Amino acid sequence: MNAQALRDRSFAQSPCGGVAMAIHGHPVVMRHSGALWLPVERMLVVADLHFEKGSAYAVRGQLLPPYDTVETLTRLEAEVAATAPATLVFLGDSFHDGQAEDRLAPLVAERIAALASGRTLIWAVGNHDEDGPRALPGDLADELSVGTLILRHEPQAGRQPGEIAGHLHPCARLVGRGRAVRRRCFATDGERVILPAFGAYAGGLNIRDKAYAGMFSGAPLAVALGKDKAHPLSWAMLGGD
Amino acid sequence: MTAAALPALLPDRFEAWFAGRGWAPRQHQLDMVQAGEDGAHALLIAPTGGGKTLAGFLPSLIELSERPPPNTPRGVHTLYISPLKALAVDVERNLMTPIAQMGLSITAESRTGDTGEARKQRQRIKPPDILLTTPEQLALFCAWEGARRYFEGLRCVIIDEIHSLWPQKRGDLLALDIARLQQFAPAMRRVGLSATVDDPDMIRRWLSPFPPPSGEGDHRAAMVEGVSSPSSRVDLFEAEPPVGTPSTTPSARSPSPDGGGTDPANAVRLVRGPPGPLPQVEVLISEGRVPWAGHTAQHAMADVYEVIKRHKTSLIFVNTRFQAEFAFQELWKLNDDGLAIALHHGSLAAEQRRKVEAAMARGDLRAVVCTSTLDLGIDWGDVDLVIQLAAPKGASRMVQRIGRANHRLDEPSKAIFVPANRFEVLECQAAREAIAENAFDPEPVRTGALDVLAQHVMGCAVSEPFDLLALYDEVRTAGPYRDLSWEDFEQVVEFVSTGGYALRTYDRFRRIVKGPDGLWRVRNAQTAQRHRMNVGAIVSPAVLNIRLAGRRGTVGRKIGEVEEGYLEMLEPGDTFIFAGGVWRLQGITSTDALVTPAPNDNPKLPSWGGSKFAISTFLAAKVRRMMSDPDSWKNLPTDVCEWLTVQQDKSMIPTPQQMLLETFLRGKRHFLVVYPFEGRLAHTTLAMLLTKRLDRLRVGPLGFVVNDYAMAVWSLKPMDDVDFDSLFDQDMLGDDLEAWLDESFMMKRAFKGCALISGLIERRMPGAEKSGRQVTFSTDLIYDVLRRHQPDHLLLRCARADAASGMIDVARVGQMLARIKGQILHSRLDHLSPFAVPILLEIGKERVGGDTADMILAEAAEDLIAEALS
Repeated sequence: MNAQALRDRSFAQSPCGGVAMAIHGHPVVMRHSGALWLPVERMLVVADLHFEKGSAYAVRGQLLPPYDTVETLTRLEAEVAATAPATLVFLGDSFHDGQAEDRLAPLVAERIAALASGRTLIWAVGNHDEDGPRALPGDLADELSVGTLILRHEPQAGRQPGEIAGHLHPCARLVGRGRAVRRRCFATDGERVILPAFGAYAGGLNIRDKAYAGMFSGAPLAVALGKDKAHPLSWAMLGGD
Repeated sequence: MTAAALPALLPDRFEAWFAGRGWAPRQHQLDMVQAGEDGAHALLIAPTGGGKTLAGFLPSLIELSERPPPNTPRGVHTLYISPLKALAVDVERNLMTPIAQMGLSITAESRTGDTGEARKQRQRIKPPDILLTTPEQLALFCAWEGARRYFEGLRCVIIDEIHSLWPQKRGDLLALDIARLQQFAPAMRRVGLSATVDDPDMIRRWLSPFPPPSGEGDHRAAMVEGVSSPSSRVDLFEAEPPVGTPSTTPSARSPSPDGGGTDPANAVRLVRGPPGPLPQVEVLISEGRVPWAGHTAQHAMADVYEVIKRHKTSLIFVNTRFQAEFAFQELWKLNDDGLAIALHHGSLAAEQRRKVEAAMARGDLRAVVCTSTLDLGIDWGDVDLVIQLAAPKGASRMVQRIGRANHRLDEPSKAIFVPANRFEVLECQAAREAIAENAFDPEPVRTGALDVLAQHVMGCAVSEPFDLLALYDEVRTAGPYRDLSWEDFEQVVEFVSTGGYALRTYDRFRRIVKGPDGLWRVRNAQTAQRHRMNVGAIVSPAVLNIRLAGRRGTVGRKIGEVEEGYLEMLEPGDTFIFAGGVWRLQGITSTDALVTPAPNDNPKLPSWGGSKFAISTFLAAKVRRMMSDPDSWKNLPTDVCEWLTVQQDKSMIPTPQQMLLETFLRGKRHFLVVYPFEGRLAHTTLAMLLTKRLDRLRVGPLGFVVNDYAMAVWSLKPMDDVDFDSLFDQDMLGDDLEAWLDESFMMKRAFKGCALISGLIERRMPGAEKSGRQVTFSTDLIYDVLRRHQPDHLLLRCARADAASGMIDVARVGQMLARIKGQILHSRLDHLSPFAVPILLEIGKERVGGDTADMILAEAAEDLIAEALS
């Protein structure tokens, strides 16, 4: 990516450690937690929570630590507390599979339900949870229009100005100082954003994978999630897996 | 053994066979036959070339030759276990010779991962008399429903190269499987074949079935709901006592009820082969040209080439794959005579390695540059010289490597050590002396790993229902698990069953369940099948193919395979050597590293040139002694001797007990250099912990660098007045260590290994969920979550233990801190000392420690922002 292109996208490190940018003319902040913040609407968007992924493996006989849902939820609650959103959007694949909601521990289900109190909770449905929640509160949506933006789970092929999506679990790999760092990231070209997965056990798909081909106007910017801040990285710095 | 006893020992057919070949049976071979007659477990210690394998098989061959023809098909009589597939196949071939020549009707067959399905199937239905296989195949056997019946007639298990197997996780698994076999076949003898080692008793204890003190059992039985009656307990010695040598092991026959104070080693008879002549070892002295630093020994290549020319076949050992590639490249640059020089290391494609091995066996090669892949293995009679390029690191490994030359017992093996720098000259000299004194590196005591035990417990359940108490008793007849506590065992079984989580949500997904009969069994056939697909204690790192990059993004021919991490230090555009060529890395896709040839480029050498083996404590002590004794400097090359003399003048030479510590200012940095000689791993750990402390002392440490001999830290402020005794106090191995370790990538790597071995995750992890695309669901995610929610989980304990021993050498740091207590020799200098030069030369090649991951990200981002605002 050249300097001119970057200037056109004019991103800035925001005080909260996130990266602020205009997507298709609409201001957003990519937070280092992996959530997307729309300041004008006071809307917090998280993608691919994959609740109960651990127990989905357990059903098949692989006993992964059963703490992923609580871990994901705790981070989500912290984000909600930090931003106090008017609207909270789960951008699809909130549950790892169709039976995941039934496997939630009662206390955990209560905590998820509590997120909907005093604000609008919207479940955009994804390929893992097409029917949305059965018992938990919130509104169901396939897509959601916000100003010039359109929010949906699965990114559509080709260039999609204004699209905010998840599904692909982008991550970036950076090599330097004798070792490689692999981190979840936002992928954006200023026209659209693909959100990193928020779930504790969600894997990552390197943004150099061909699955992303043709989606961006040029080489996309990767905003990698660091400990205290999000790090914008140019395409040239990134390696494949 | 008296001569009169001889005729009784060997049947005529065997006597005649020996005589017909102009041989006489060797004493240790007869001793092994005697052990067989006595029904005693035995450990044979003999150098390579002493007819060791035959000695192991002789008792079985005799027994089998005297059996009456069977009425019904019989099971396996003797099971032979080798650490290498190739060795099992080779021994099968060698064993057929005496069997055929004596006209014995004995069947011997190998079974490895490469054996075809049809043959494996036939071996199950019609077992050979002698089955030759690997520990992994045995573990698979033990996880099979028919295991008990298949092995109930087993008379003998022979473990070859036992010295290389026992002190690792593969050895833990093997010991557990042998304990299982003993349960199936109480009369089975355990036989170990070993190279010469420092302390044979450690291997005897490993091999010994000596049951643990039964006093503990009562305590333990009280803790379990009444499942098992005392009569169901298995006591191997009461069932059928294999007797030890009468003179040394009276206690083995009738173990006292509480077993107190009895050494389990006594249950295994020790047989020693003749020592054989001491190897002839020279250190190659490149007079006036010994480099200050470096690991490649480039300066000595012409000499090495000349030596190769004067010998028939040379094995050239190096310590890393990069060194192997480099040496191979350099030798071919000099190879005007077109000598057949080949390359062999673990990153080459298997097919390529087999070609080299075949050429070697035919005697077509003049030299092979190799790594530890050839430490063990098939007998190549024609090797007449072993060259050790770069530091030996340990005396025992050297003796075994040197044993690869000249497999004839009565002639000495010949070896040349080639030091790559000045400290290595000392190390080579020390190793040479150790070998001349016939001294070996002591091995640390080993406790069986719990992740391996978890795999074994699952394997047992897959094979047949088990009783918890009986299995506990059985497991403790495996050497490494002799002292296993009931609490740990219970925790392992709980882990296998439900994952062992404090949050008990998986009770309905149990992998093994306790039935109404009180026995534990696997939950269903599918779980059993998945276990069988993941058996073994070898964790192979993910592998990348090295492929030629074709035009327009196509992918070309495969050149070889490398482990994940091999190329980690390279970036696209960098050149490197591999498989004897220079390549430019174009990029890495999910499974391939794409390269183009770059024949005219200077390859980039990786910054770490050292060895993955640390210098042994034993050798390090010898080096310190040699260094402190000016009389012994005479044996060293002149430039090295001068270097030591100048060090004495300008700084100090420590006594063997002391640790030298130098402080000086250089440029704008204040340096602290210490010389513990404990190896790169221990030094790295020490440096990590020291910089934390120096940070708290507010001297502003900026970075550090380590090599095998020394460690340097530099800082903003002077360190001359630091209280070094308290800085190096042993309490540094407390909280600081734990905090740092839990965050480190070594811990994540260790966790991955434990997760794989224990069966928490599967080798073929279902990760390709997104319509076949590769989504990496790494064990790091699981580690992070587990660490936060259940820091005392069994697998985290396992991972900490592994990381502390294998990856950061905490035990060694601890021993060192104890050793240097009150023994720090502080030398305040105006400028750097001769000793400090090698370590300072490494600066710039090394990364700076600390929390690098986020620093890399932050730096990269700064570059980008600077670019954007320009």
